[in-house]
Amino acid sequence: MSHPLHKDYAGAKLGMWLFLFTELILFSGLFLLYGAYLARYPHEFAAAGREMHLFFGTLNTAILITSSLLVAMAVTAIQRDERRTTLLLLGGTVLCAAVFLFNKYLEWSAEIGRGIYPGSPKLVAGPPGESVFYGLYYLTVGLHGLHVLVGGTLLTVVALRVRRGTIHGGDYVWLENGALYWHLVDLIWIFIFPLYYLIL
Amino acid sequence: MTKDAQDNTAHSIGYGKLTAVWLGLLCLTALTVWVSRLDLGIGHVWGSLAIASTKAGLVIAFFMHMRYEGRLLRLLLFVALLTLAIFIGFTFFDVLYR
Repeated sequence: MSHPLHKDYAGAKLGMWLFLFTELILFSGLFLLYGAYLARYPHEFAAAGREMHLFFGTLNTAILITSSLLVAMAVTAIQRDERRTTLLLLGGTVLCAAVFLFNKYLEWSAEIGRGIYPGSPKLVAGPPGESVFYGLYYLTVGLHGLHVLVGGTLLTVVALRVRRGTIHGGDYVWLENGALYWHLVDLIWIFIFPLYYLIL
Repeated sequence: MTKDAQDNTAHSIGYGKLTAVWLGLLCLTALTVWVSRLDLGIGHVWGSLAIASTKAGLVIAFFMHMRYEGRLLRLLLFVALLTLAIFIGFTFFDVLYR
C-alpha cells in the first residue's frame, strides 16, 4: 500500500487516443458518404455548395483554431503550475466554443429561414442531389456541433477541477485528455470547412 | 513512479512555439480560401485536401503533442490512418471505376 493513489498516466492517455480513433472513423464514414455522393451528383453539389455562407465558415475556422491554441497553452500552463493562467486560458477556450455555437445558430437560422432543412418543401421539390448535400451537411455539422457542446462542457468541468485544486501541476491528465478531445473537434472542422464551404 | 513523473514533465511546449503553429494554421486557412477562389477545376479538391491535411498534421504534431509521444501512440496513429486510407481508397476504387 505504498501507492494508495496509483495513477496510470500513460494508460489514461492511451485510452483517450483509442477513443479519438473511433471518433475519427465515425466522421470518416460521413466524409466517405460525401465523397461518394459528390461523384454521383457533381453539379447539384456544386450548386448547393455555392449557397453556403463562406463568411461564417471562415470565421468559425479561425475561432476553433484559436480555441485549440488556448487549450494547448493551458496544458503548458498547468505543467508550469501556473493555475491562474490555466484558468484564464480554459475560460477563453470555452468562450470560443460558445461563440462558435452562436455563429452556428445564426447560420442555421438563416438557412432554415430560406427553406433549407432536411425534408423541407423546397428541397423535396428540387433536384435530389441538393437535398442529399444539405442532408449530409446538417448531419455532419450537427454531429460536430454536438461534439463542440460536449467538449465545452468537459473543459468547463476541467476548469472547475483546476480551481478546486484537484487538477494541478503534478496530476493533470484530465486537462490533457480534455485538450486532446478539443483538438479532435478542431481537426474534424479542418476537413468539414473545405469540403462543405470551399471545394464547390 | 519515476516514469510517471517523467511523463508529466517530459514534453512541455513553450507558448512561443504554440503561437507560431497557430499563425501557421491561420495562414493556411487564408491560403485555402484564396485557392478556392481560383479557377482550377478538379485541382480544387486536391489542393483543399492537401492544405487541410497539412493543417491536421500541425495540430496533431504540436497541439496534440504527438511529436513528443512514445512509439506506441505513434504506431497506433499510423495504424488508424492506414485503416482510413484503405477504407477511403477501396470505396473510391469502387465508386469511380464501377
